[in-house]
Amino acid sequence: MIPTIPQNRTMDIAFKVYVTLFFVYLALPLAVNAVFAFNDSQFPSLPWKGFTWNWFFGDAHPMIGVFHERPILRAIGTSIFIGVCVSTLAVIVGTTNAFLFNRYRFKGKEFLYFLMLLPLVIPGILLGVSILVFSSSIANAMWDGFKWDIEALRPGVLLVVLGQFSFIATMATLVISARLKTFDKTLEEAAMNLGADALTAIRTITLPYLFPAMIGAFIVAFLMSFENFNTTFMLVGSDAPLTIAMFDRLKEGSTPLLNAVSLLLMVGSSALALIMIAVQRKK
Amino acid sequence: MATPDLSCIDLTRRFGDALAVDNVSFEVPAGSFFSILGPSGCGKTTIMRMIAGFLEPTSGDILIKGRSVLDVPPNKRPVNMVFQHLALFPMMNIADNIGYGLRRKGLGKAEIEKKVEEALERIGLPGIGKRQVNELSGGQKQRVAIARCMVLEPDVLLLDEPLGALDLKLREQMKIELKSLQHAFDTTFVYITHDQSEALVMSDTIAVMNAGRFEQMAGPEELYHRPETAFVAGFVGDANIFKGEVVRSSGHDVELRTEHGTHIKGVSLLRDIPEGRSAEAYVRPEAIHLSRTADDVAELDNALSGKVEQMLFNGAASRIRIKAEESSETIEVGLPQSGRFDGIRPGQTVNFGWSDKQGNIFETGGKE
Amino acid sequence: MTSGRSLGFYLLLAPVLLWLLLLVIIPHIDLALVSLRERVGVGQYAFSFANFLTFLNEPLYLVTFARTAVMSILATFITLIVGFPVAYFIAKMARGKLQPILFVLCLVPFWVSELVRTFGWMILLRETGIISSLLQWLGLVNGPVELLYNDAAIMIGLVYTSMLFMVVPLVTTLSTLDDSLIEAGYDLGGSSASVFREIIVPHAMPGIVSGCIVVFMLSLGNYLTPIMLGGKDSLWFTELIYSQFIVRFNWELGAAFGFMLLFLSTAIVWVALKLTGQSLEKTMG
Repeated sequence: MIPTIPQNRTMDIAFKVYVTLFFVYLALPLAVNAVFAFNDSQFPSLPWKGFTWNWFFGDAHPMIGVFHERPILRAIGTSIFIGVCVSTLAVIVGTTNAFLFNRYRFKGKEFLYFLMLLPLVIPGILLGVSILVFSSSIANAMWDGFKWDIEALRPGVLLVVLGQFSFIATMATLVISARLKTFDKTLEEAAMNLGADALTAIRTITLPYLFPAMIGAFIVAFLMSFENFNTTFMLVGSDAPLTIAMFDRLKEGSTPLLNAVSLLLMVGSSALALIMIAVQRKK
Repeated sequence: MATPDLSCIDLTRRFGDALAVDNVSFEVPAGSFFSILGPSGCGKTTIMRMIAGFLEPTSGDILIKGRSVLDVPPNKRPVNMVFQHLALFPMMNIADNIGYGLRRKGLGKAEIEKKVEEALERIGLPGIGKRQVNELSGGQKQRVAIARCMVLEPDVLLLDEPLGALDLKLREQMKIELKSLQHAFDTTFVYITHDQSEALVMSDTIAVMNAGRFEQMAGPEELYHRPETAFVAGFVGDANIFKGEVVRSSGHDVELRTEHGTHIKGVSLLRDIPEGRSAEAYVRPEAIHLSRTADDVAELDNALSGKVEQMLFNGAASRIRIKAEESSETIEVGLPQSGRFDGIRPGQTVNFGWSDKQGNIFETGGKE
Repeated sequence: MTSGRSLGFYLLLAPVLLWLLLLVIIPHIDLALVSLRERVGVGQYAFSFANFLTFLNEPLYLVTFARTAVMSILATFITLIVGFPVAYFIAKMARGKLQPILFVLCLVPFWVSELVRTFGWMILLRETGIISSLLQWLGLVNGPVELLYNDAAIMIGLVYTSMLFMVVPLVTTLSTLDDSLIEAGYDLGGSSASVFREIIVPHAMPGIVSGCIVVFMLSLGNYLTPIMLGGKDSLWFTELIYSQFIVRFNWELGAAFGFMLLFLSTAIVWVALKLTGQSLEKTMG
């Protein structure tokens, strides 16, 4: 069961075969998805009709590629915008939370920490509907009371950002806290001993130390935001982000265009993940 | 003669190109305390893991009570092991830890309980069965780890530097305790360590290991007084080492002229060293007589005088460093704390000497 | 650690309170209020349990509720069984460079949208899909076979989509298990089975529990996978919530459904934590 324990050879081989099969299972849906982005056919299925770049660069009906398909491009733009907003907010709040939970002792801290973890275990769809209900309660109250119509409180980009932020902030807090926990507090004391005031010590010593974790949290938050469906689905307005736009397309029937988008997503996500690994390595 | 509890025959283990254990053979008689002493990386852990069954020998055989155990998996071998960091199971309490092996044997609940309580009494910790592992002190954990093995009544108990994690004071105490536990259980112990004092205090027999081979296998006193190789002389205890050239050689008696020109008389027990060869003499600081007058040391084979350079006070192990008068050779000499030498200060001249039996001479560069 | 009530403390406290109050706690209270009202006229509401009674009295809702719970538990269980050996292999058996590589390989699929993964399974499983074609080519079946739109397909998708959240905590806890504990287990006469039962599983328990909780919650709250891989009759509870909110515009009933889902998830997680003696902070934080 560990390399030093003599093991039956058949068992050993069976185990390795199993692990290999597992990785095949992991890779299979992604691999077929990617391959059919290049099928010169209207449908992402066999038979293979030859290789084409048209689903990326084609500009004539019926094979309009991703880069000429305006709604998809717009959806990608929306997704990026939402992702950047959510990640920025999440990293800021995650950092303040990390300091709060690591550096202060206060009444109700354990309870607050428990509350802070909750968004991870509340089903995403519920976070979505509760924010939907609450924001429309406010909007209705504003209209009833002052005859103000606040468009931003209706389903749309703002609500999507808030909805995604409501649970991604927990993730960012956990990532940044974990790093802050390993920080040697005497370094700050040394900085203060050398003439820095408390804030300068944090700015020049602690924050640079946290930086890799903040970058990591930003990327994790961005990827989570980009791929989120459940919460977004309940809060989306007319400006649909990419996952929602793809879902609507998929309901109408699939074309290799969706495979092409999928492949681009895979490449983009992997690139971000690699950047993150590189940043984490440097620490 | 009775069958030894453990014997290893031509045991060899390679890791790729590296030879970790090189053709080692030894026997451990029943009921004895056997230590393998060597620096880290010398192959002692490899030997122990082969005996326990976690590594297969490349060649050679391991016999326990006369029967080869090479085909026996580790969980069926009649040997148990006290791991370096003890490996007490943190997910179980003390009683369940000690009872673990008994449960594997399929003993009844009542019987296990009885045996566990007996074992706890034997190690002097009755009634702690319900406690968790992390509630115990270092020394208590140590004893529990031994009890966990001893309830299984193994033919051989292996101990892999179990004292390494303890602090100095506790380590001294546990050395004596381990020895008496071994007497109490009357079981064969095979103990590996890099700490010569642990090995010297506890063992009946010590094998000094270096680079995959046994350099010497002997009782503690013999090892200390009559090391067979330069490595043993240097590794067991401290020594002044004089490098030089053999100027006179007759039988065991050898005379060396050091690089500084001092003549040193010593013995080479195992082999003759022809004149003209380069060699090293090992003389223990505590074997050197110190005196304020030249007469006291005059009849010794090696008699010198010199200026005290430095006092190295260290309680019972205190020494002074002396620069020899004629040759300006620096020699460390034990400083007995009996009161006789209280007045000695740097700068004073003292006389010192030792008999040739105390100087072991080994040829360098030659085959050992 | 400072216990003073400085300005800095309140500045750090403000964001977390704003976040949790405005985006989590008050919205859920509001949702609870909505679920407990009944429309009695245009723009007129009265306090009532009518929505919960509707839920309890309509077999379709109850059946979907129970089905979602059972399938989610099953998916969690399968994910654990499938993932554990792999996590064990990565944590304890893989040597040298292989270990981090396998670990990253495990993570990679999950950086892509769930939609992409589900789409991949559709391409594989549907009537004109890869597996159907492969089976025909092998001569195992005569015509195209539809492997999509059934509960097995949902299960494959759920297990696939949650795997990461099981494997990562398992690898993390298993890699902290000292090899010498396993060796000691063998040395004292243990077999593979008993070492697994008495040493490996108890050690991995926090990871098992945390993995199971996350996987269960993700399955329960999943929408995409059951919708896209499941058949016409295989309803998922989140679909009911969605349709009440977006299609029927019956927010009161939708809110009641939401609370039933919350109740179900809390109850099952609570029972799981109690049974295994773990705590949420310990397994999640």
